[in-house]
Amino acid sequence: MALEYQYLFTRIQVRGPHYKGLPLPAGDDTRTNDGGFSHLLGKIGDAQFGPFYLGTYGVLALFFGFIAFEIIGLNMLASVNWNPMLFVRDLFWLSLDPPLPQHGLKIFMPLAEGGWWLLAGFSLTLSLLLWWARSYARARSLGLGTHTSWAFAAALWLFLVLGFIRPVFMGNWSEAVPFGIFSHLDWTAAFSIRYGNLFYNPFHALSIVFLYGSVLLFAMHGATILAVGRFGGEREVEQAYDRGTAMERAGLFWRWTMGFNATSESIHRWAWWFAVLTPITGGIGILVTGTLVDNWYLWAMDRGFVAAYPPIATPDPYLTGAGR
Amino acid sequence: MRWNSTNTTLIGLAGIGAVIGFGLLFTFERLPIDTVQGGFRGTSMGQVINPRTAAVMAARNVAPPVPEAADPGGDRASAVFENVQVLGHLSVEQFNRIMQVMTEWIYPNENIAEGCNGCHVPGNFASDDIYTKHVARRMLQMTMSLNGTWQTHTGEVGVTCYTCHRGNAVPAYVWSAPVPNTAGGGFAAVASGEQNRPGRNVGLASLPNDPFTPYLMGNEEIRMQGRDQHPRAESRQSIQQTEWNYGLMMHMSTSLGVNCTFCHNSRAFSNWDESPPQRLTAWHGIRMVRDINTNYIEPLRERFPANRLGPMGDTLKVNCTTCHQGAYEPLYGAPMRVNYPELLPAPQRRAEGPRQN
Ligand code: HEC
Ligand code: HEC
Ligand code: HEC
Ligand code: HEC
Repeated sequence: MALEYQYLFTRIQVRGPHYKGLPLPAGDDTRTNDGGFSHLLGKIGDAQFGPFYLGTYGVLALFFGFIAFEIIGLNMLASVNWNPMLFVRDLFWLSLDPPLPQHGLKIFMPLAEGGWWLLAGFSLTLSLLLWWARSYARARSLGLGTHTSWAFAAALWLFLVLGFIRPVFMGNWSEAVPFGIFSHLDWTAAFSIRYGNLFYNPFHALSIVFLYGSVLLFAMHGATILAVGRFGGEREVEQAYDRGTAMERAGLFWRWTMGFNATSESIHRWAWWFAVLTPITGGIGILVTGTLVDNWYLWAMDRGFVAAYPPIATPDPYLTGAGR
Repeated sequence: MRWNSTNTTLIGLAGIGAVIGFGLLFTFERLPIDTVQGGFRGTSMGQVINPRTAAVMAARNVAPPVPEAADPGGDRASAVFENVQVLGHLSVEQFNRIMQVMTEWIYPNENIAEGCNGCHVPGNFASDDIYTKHVARRMLQMTMSLNGTWQTHTGEVGVTCYTCHRGNAVPAYVWSAPVPNTAGGGFAAVASGEQNRPGRNVGLASLPNDPFTPYLMGNEEIRMQGRDQHPRAESRQSIQQTEWNYGLMMHMSTSLGVNCTFCHNSRAFSNWDESPPQRLTAWHGIRMVRDINTNYIEPLRERFPANRLGPMGDTLKVNCTTCHQGAYEPLYGAPMRVNYPELLPAPQRRAEGPRQN
C-alpha cells in the first residue's frame, strides 16, 4: 500500500558493533569518547554517535566561539539590568550593536560604544576560521576531498564581507551587522533602504536564483531518492544502472518528465555549486553596495531595467519651495 | 510500551502542526480582509483593511455633537470682558460658545477642579492666577495657527482642542524624552540610544525607540538615500541614521493605521514622482509638529507643575498619534474647521497677538 512508503523517520535501524573508524595518521590527536548508540538519533540518522575528535583547532574554535557567545549574551543581559525575566522576554529584540559611526575604523574605542562588538566579532571570526581549518584537516586525515571546507569557505566569504571586508572598504565599522535576532533583520531592511532597494542589485538577484535553485534541486533530489526507497534505491551501489533497478527507474522518470537526467554523481555537483554560489554572489552584491553603487534603483533606471509607471507627480517640497 | 513507527510518525506530525499553529496564532488575521488599490496597477500599493478592526476604530474616533452655531454679530468680547488677549475679535455669543465646548473637550468631569474651574480661579474669570489659563491661551493661538498657516496639512478638515484632547486634560498620546538606559553602568553596550527593545513607538520593532527628539523636536535631515547612483563625497549617511529614519516612518505608519505604500511606492522610497499626494501632506505634517513642539508646547515648560511633565522634566509633546490616533485623518475627517469658526485665525489684527508663554 502506498502509505507504506510515507514515513518521517528511519524505520529499521541496522546496528553493527561500535566502529571507531580508520586509524589516524601520525601526529594527530586521538579520538576521544567512544560514544555509543542512540535509538532517537537513529530515527533521523545513524544510530551510532562518537567517537569525537577535538584536536587543537577544535578546542581553540570552541574556546573563541564561547568568548564571542559570552560577550554577546552578557551585553544583552546587562542591557536589561541583569534581569533574567526581561532577558527571556525581550531576547529576540536584544542586540550588541556595531560601533557608532563617529568611531570610523578605530580599533580602540569605549567598550560600550562598539568595543564589545569588535571583541565579539574578532573572537567569532577567529573561531569560525579555526573551525574551517579543522574541517579541512579532518577531511584530509580521512583521505577525503575538501569539498565541505570550500563550501564552508563560501559561507565565510559572505560573513567576512558583511562584518569585515565591506566595513573596511567603507571606512566605518558602523556599516557592519549587529549581533541580535530582530536587530540584524532590521539592519537588513535598513541596508536595502539606505542603498536604494537591493532588489535592483543584480548580484542580489543572482544569489536568489542560486538560493531558490538550491531549494529546487534539493527537493528534486530528495524526492527522487525517497521515491525509489521502495526498491532499496538509497542503498544501491553508485551507478548501478542495470535494467529495472531503482536508479534506472529514477533516471527514466526524469527523462520521461523533462527529457534529461542528472547522474547519481552529477546531481551532487549541481547541488554543491548552487549552494556555494548563493553566498559567493550574495557577498559580491553586498561588497559593491555603497562602495561602487549608492542607489540601486537609480542605477537600474539608468540601465533601463526598471518598469516605468505613469508618474503620480507629487512635487518634492524641497524643490518647489512649497515648504517654509 | 515500545514506540512503533506509526506512533512516532503521528507525534512528528503533531509537532509540525503545533509549530505551524503557534506561528499562525501571532500572524493570522481572520478573513475576509479588504484591500484598497492605491497606485498604478501592478505596483501593489494597496491598503489592507480588516473590517472588524475598522469598525472598532470608527466607533472609537467619533467627534462630539456640534452645538448650535453662535451669532457672530453684536458686541466684541474685547469690549465686554476685562482680560481677553486672544479671543477679543469674537462676538460675546461666540466667546461663550467656545468656553462651553472647551470645557466639554478638556475638563468635562463633575468635580471642583474641572468644568470652568479647570482654567479659572473660581469666582474670578478675569484672573490669570492659574497656569492652565496661560496654557489654554497658548493652545488657542496654536490651534488657530494649525487652522491657518498649517492648512497645508490640516486642509478643509481642520483641528480643534478635541482633535488632541478628547475629553482629557492631557491628551492620551503624547511623548517626552526617554529615560536613558544606564543599565550597564556605562560598561556594557547600551550606548546607541534607546534601541533593541520592543519599541511601542516604532511598531514593536527593535529600531531606535525615540525618533521624536531628532525629527519632531529637532529638525534632523530625514532623507538618507543616495541622490546619485554612485557614491558621492556627501552621501555618507550611516545605516544607523537609516534606522532612525525607519523608526520615524514606523511611527507615522502606525499612528495613521496605514502601511508604507500610503505615502510611497516602496520600490523607490525617495522618489517623489511615484509618491501619492499623501506624502506631501505628511511632509508638511512633520514641519507642523516641529512647530507645535518647539514654539508652543516646550516653551510652556516653566508653567507646568511637575506632574504634567515627563520623567526627564520636559513637557509632554505632540507626535502624529496625538491627533491621528490610528486614523488616516483625525476622527476620520469629521469637519472641525466649518463647525468651529471661533478657532480660525482672527481676521487681520491677529498678526500682532501676544505670545504669552
Ligand atoms: C480650557 C480652559 C478654559 C476653560 C475650561 C474655560 N475657560 Fe474661560 N477662559 C479661558 C481663557 C484662556 C480665557 C482668556 C481668553 C483670551 O485671553 O482671549 C478665558 C476667559 C474667560 C472669560 C473672560 C473673563 C474676563 O473678564 O477677561 C469668561 C467670562 C470665561 N472665560 C468664562 C468661562 C466659563 C463660563 C467657563 C465654563 C463654562 C469657562 N470660561 C471655561 C480658558 C478656559
Ligand atoms: C494637529 C493635529 C495633527 C497632527 C499632529 C498630525 N496631523 Fe495629519 N492630519 C490632520 C488633519 C486634520 C488631517 C486632514 C486633512 C485633510 O483631509 O484635509 C490630516 C491628514 C493627514 C494626511 C492625509 C490623509 C489623506 O487621506 O489625505 C496625512 C498623510 C497625515 N495627516 C500625516 C500626518 C503625519 C505623518 C503626522 C506626524 C508627523 C501628522 N499627520 C500629524 C491633523 C494632524
Ligand atoms: C496638537 C495637539 C493639541 C491641541 C490641538 C490642543 N492641545 Fe492642549 N495640550 C496638548 C498637550 C500635548 C498637552 C500636555 C502638555 C504637558 O502636560 O506637558 C496639552 C495641555 C493642555 C492644557 C493643560 C492641561 C493640564 O491640566 O495641565 C490645557 C488647559 C490645554 N491643553 C488646553 C487646550 C485648548 C483650550 C485647546 C484648543 C484651543 C487645546 N489645548 C488644543 C496638545 C494639544
Ligand atoms: C504618512 C506618510 C508616510 C508613510 C506612511 C511613510 N512615509 Fe516614508 N516618508 C514620508 C515623507 C513625507 C518623507 C520625506 C521626509 C522629508 O523629506 O523630510 C519620507 C521619507 C522616507 C525615506 C527617505 C527617502 C529619501 O529621500 O532618502 C524613506 C527611506 C522612507 N520614507 C521609508 C518609509 C518606510 C519604510 C515606510 C513604512 C514603514 C514609510 N516610509 C512610511 C512619508 C511617509
